[in-house]
Amino acid sequence: MGKGIFVVSVPSQGTIRKVAFEILSEARKIADAKAEPLCAVIIGKGVAGLADKFAPYGADKVYVVENDLLEDYTADGYTKALADLITKEVPSIVLAGATGTGKDLMPKVAARIGAAMAADCTAIGVDGDAFTVTRYMYSGKMIADVNFQNAAVAIATVRPNVLIAAAPDASKTAEIVNVAAEVSADDIRVKVLEVVKGDAGKVDLTEAEIIVSGGRGMKDADGYSILEDLANVLGATVGASRAAVDAGWRPVSDQVGQTGKVVSPNLYIACGISGAIQHYAGMGTSKVIVAINKDEEAPILSKCDYAVVDDLFKIIPPLTEAIKKLKED
Amino acid sequence: MNSIVCLKQVPDTEAQIIATSDGSDVKLDGVKFIISPYDEYGIEEALLQKEKAGGGEVTLVSMGPARVVESIRTGLAMGADKAVHLDDEAFNGSDAQAAAKALAAQLKGMEYDIIYCGRQAIDDDQSQVGPALAELLGLTHTSVVTKVEVADDKKSVKVNRQIVGGEEIMELPLPCVLTCQKGLNEPRYASLPGIMKAKKKPLQAVKAADIGVDVGTVGVAGSGTRVVKFTAPPTRTSAKIIDGESPEEKAANLAKALREEAKAI
Repeated sequence: MGKGIFVVSVPSQGTIRKVAFEILSEARKIADAKAEPLCAVIIGKGVAGLADKFAPYGADKVYVVENDLLEDYTADGYTKALADLITKEVPSIVLAGATGTGKDLMPKVAARIGAAMAADCTAIGVDGDAFTVTRYMYSGKMIADVNFQNAAVAIATVRPNVLIAAAPDASKTAEIVNVAAEVSADDIRVKVLEVVKGDAGKVDLTEAEIIVSGGRGMKDADGYSILEDLANVLGATVGASRAAVDAGWRPVSDQVGQTGKVVSPNLYIACGISGAIQHYAGMGTSKVIVAINKDEEAPILSKCDYAVVDDLFKIIPPLTEAIKKLKED
Repeated sequence: MNSIVCLKQVPDTEAQIIATSDGSDVKLDGVKFIISPYDEYGIEEALLQKEKAGGGEVTLVSMGPARVVESIRTGLAMGADKAVHLDDEAFNGSDAQAAAKALAAQLKGMEYDIIYCGRQAIDDDQSQVGPALAELLGLTHTSVVTKVEVADDKKSVKVNRQIVGGEEIMELPLPCVLTCQKGLNEPRYASLPGIMKAKKKPLQAVKAADIGVDVGTVGVAGSGTRVVKFTAPPTRTSAKIIDGESPEEKAANLAKALREEAKAI
């Protein structure tokens, strides 16, 4: 067995983000192909209780990296903890979710240890000895195949919701390795003063299975109430186009597109969104795209899977009712 | 307050990006270039903080070919005081970590309280340069910042940043690196007098050797990742139009198609 494939997870409020399971499931194939152990790495304070969550998705080994100073996520503290582990164990590749935390942490870790890094990948594989990844560039307008070269350690972050988590196998077990991270108070230069929670029950757009998104056609902030109703029935998260955010109808954190969030749900329902190249760049990889728009010329109508050419205010309420009925049957 | 803003020139958000026939590169001829939108928030914030502090300098640092000068001048016209252009063929083909190395070599020894980067450049979409640059300079950082408040003693900064399901308020010692997110501010437009003034502002061109960069550590040679093939993403060409006699019927037919055909609900 060689050096190891690491899959890093930073739990958020005591839960493991599902992207970790998506990556583990895919990385299992790479570990088998390269005959290297697949290792989950979980970092934090008091996270040992989560260690048994990884074996069902294929982890051979779980590193539980803990220190009381890792209670809050800080790039300073977590970089020290993770970089030390990588330096000691020298895995061949380190994978993590391209979540807000993954994007903040992994480039700093890469710079500290001199690793090569590719961010926000949508596929990972091997070509001979070398790792390869696929990632979008130019905000979804181009797909790039990327090879790792001349680096002892490769790092890649993976876009949530793209790889498919395998069905967990509860009979599997993994070796648990407890690591006391050597982090001192001097290592952490930043202070987390406060965490302000938004809508606690809301699934983040980047992890949502279904997104109901509204654009200029919603007419005003109140127009979104019918989208909220549809989203409730579907268990979906509501998104918005740039036009709607710039008009002040929705918060910036709801924006999908080139200058907002890049999302990849199973189902994306675009309501009153024309589908400019910048918006499409943020949702073009959705598995099924539905467009509801009364403007026959709207570009989105030719770039979707299902199109309804009609007034969204007349379509969405009965659509919500129809779906509610289907779900009840 | 002395600030540095790392600025990247990128294709306009409207631009169509096409791969060359062999897929080895993208065609950028005829494409309009702009300052990466998240970097504009950095320029604006640096200017606002300078105005608030009542003094200091805003320096732009940008890496890239000759065309980058146009974007640098735009930043100067917005109000930045001076600029450095890392202009050397040795930098071409740098991946994100290599670009951070080149920028770090330039920034070492400069005076700054805050270094602003965009949360990501909208061409490579890596979100790596800010955190990597901080690490290489021995600084702390935070990303996707939506509010910046510098303490009166100018020794620390309080920032708000986006996290999943809310936001986080953090305090960082100065100097530090911040990556800027939409919502931080509304970037100003360059005024006509600003454009005239920008022409006379100092713009220093820098070669790798000037900043002690070993050319083997940047560019293609110094990059640990390499794009081997560009392809256009698959496009949807045949949307199914959902018809019906009434909006209610269309809605019902759509629900049925999503349930039975697409199996998406």
